[in-house]
Amino acid sequence: MDGSNDLKKVAYYPGCALEGTGHAYNRSTKAVGKSLGLELVELENWNCCGAMEVKNVDPKIQTYLSARNLSIAEDMGFDKVMAPCNGCYHNLKKAEYDLANDPKSVEVNERISAKAGHDAYKPGKVETIHALDWIKKAVGEEELAKRVQNSLKGIKVANYYGCMYTRPRHIFPEKDKGPGTESTAKPHFMDDILAAAGAENVEFPLKTACCGGAHSLSDSDMSTKLVLNIIETAEACGAEVIATECPTCHTGLEMHQVRAEKVLGRKTNVKILYFTQLLGMALGLSASKVGVQENLSDSRAFLKEKGLG
Amino acid sequence: MPIHEKSLIRKENLVENESLVIDGVDVSGHWSTFITGRSLTDYNDDMQDEIAALPGGENIHRCWQCGSCTNACTVNAVNPEFNPRYWIYLIRLGMEEELLRDKDIIWQCVSCNKCTYACPRDVVPEGVMKATAHWLELKGHTPKSPSTEFDEEFSGQVIKTGKIEESRVIMNFFRRTEQPLAQPWLVALIKGLAFRFPVFYLMRMGMAVVRRPRTRNWAKSRRAINEYVQEVEAANRAAVGAKGGH
Repeated sequence: MDGSNDLKKVAYYPGCALEGTGHAYNRSTKAVGKSLGLELVELENWNCCGAMEVKNVDPKIQTYLSARNLSIAEDMGFDKVMAPCNGCYHNLKKAEYDLANDPKSVEVNERISAKAGHDAYKPGKVETIHALDWIKKAVGEEELAKRVQNSLKGIKVANYYGCMYTRPRHIFPEKDKGPGTESTAKPHFMDDILAAAGAENVEFPLKTACCGGAHSLSDSDMSTKLVLNIIETAEACGAEVIATECPTCHTGLEMHQVRAEKVLGRKTNVKILYFTQLLGMALGLSASKVGVQENLSDSRAFLKEKGLG
Repeated sequence: MPIHEKSLIRKENLVENESLVIDGVDVSGHWSTFITGRSLTDYNDDMQDEIAALPGGENIHRCWQCGSCTNACTVNAVNPEFNPRYWIYLIRLGMEEELLRDKDIIWQCVSCNKCTYACPRDVVPEGVMKATAHWLELKGHTPKSPSTEFDEEFSGQVIKTGKIEESRVIMNFFRRTEQPLAQPWLVALIKGLAFRFPVFYLMRMGMAVVRRPRTRNWAKSRRAINEYVQEVEAANRAAVGAKGGH
């Protein structure tokens, strides 16, 4: 990733979840961007990236679906597309990797694209970045710290990244490249950003544990156990808030926190907020501007007590 | 010789003689516990090739049995019976009967890709789990798993309109799997939200039903993807020697 200037205005791929259950993430990402003087231009007429389901019908359909979105970014004149959802981010990255390395994927993508009446995406034209990359590289911790109006001081945060931000590692060639780059074993971009906003990050060993999001509804008992483990560990580490950067993880944690209480009788109190919501409030935005009311997990009283929002 | 770790051996493979004397020594009862001898002759020589021919299974032949996958596995930590290394071993040897003992849990892989991250041989065990679950269904060993039902509902909507609308996926999934939508915990969630913001949520739910999200000019893509799906489904069925569709 080069210079911060070309990150001031990037293509934006919200994806389906950010128009549904993850709407608060969409709202808070846009609000934070605006507050930081960054511009997002939404992809015109985008389609679903394939999420975690389409690949199980056939992985190459997912490649086509994701590549079509990369094509749109290219057609709109962008060489960077920002996807805040881990699933979208992962799938666009995977399409880029497969189209550069797997001839069969190239062949299928070209065939479907031709029948669909548009040019097939060629790898190397558009780089997919995550909301974390975007904020960290376009603004940086120093500048963020200067812009903080309501410090997150005294708020203990467990930063939770989930699976698809770091795995499998081969589709993220820019990670694990030493100082300044993201680590796949122990990611830290969200920690860095929230620390700049004043938060007190706790040592949390389950940063990249799985919430069972792929089977949130089809194997609910498994998901509840996995989520409960993450939540109880965060609490044991002293966290008051779990910060998220993926709508599937976020909704999974919220849903199964309730389900754990109703089905297993295990009540937990940790709040679940998107990192963009925490950052937005630190930048002086109100709780409603960052969509706190849209979360399933009700953290309004907690935030009030902490003097935020 | 007595067997100390009986718990590791399946009951049906243990034999105990009520009265037995060997070389003048009375070894009746548990002193004469033996593991039954067995010779396997019913290897399924095609199983590995069939699974390797399904999407995700391509690299199964690379496995060295190091066990990094099982060691890293999210589901194994919850259920020790969920053992990708062992299943890959059985598939590679063609031990179908043994694999079928676990046929009802293989679909539970959550695709976290910790195994893929840990694997030193690029087997992509996550893909192998998906291919194996798929194989079990195509062969008629298992019905469609809830996960397959969800994948098909979800993918069907994406192919049809280019996008998904979550509440529709959820409702149709519960209908397909014949579960009541009114799960107590879902009701609690929705009540909590509706209580906090009744007007906002009613409006959004209403909007989603009326104005279904879709990608414009999607018809050609839909047709192209559907043609490809038919092609791969036929190829998958041919690869496992199955007849007809679901």
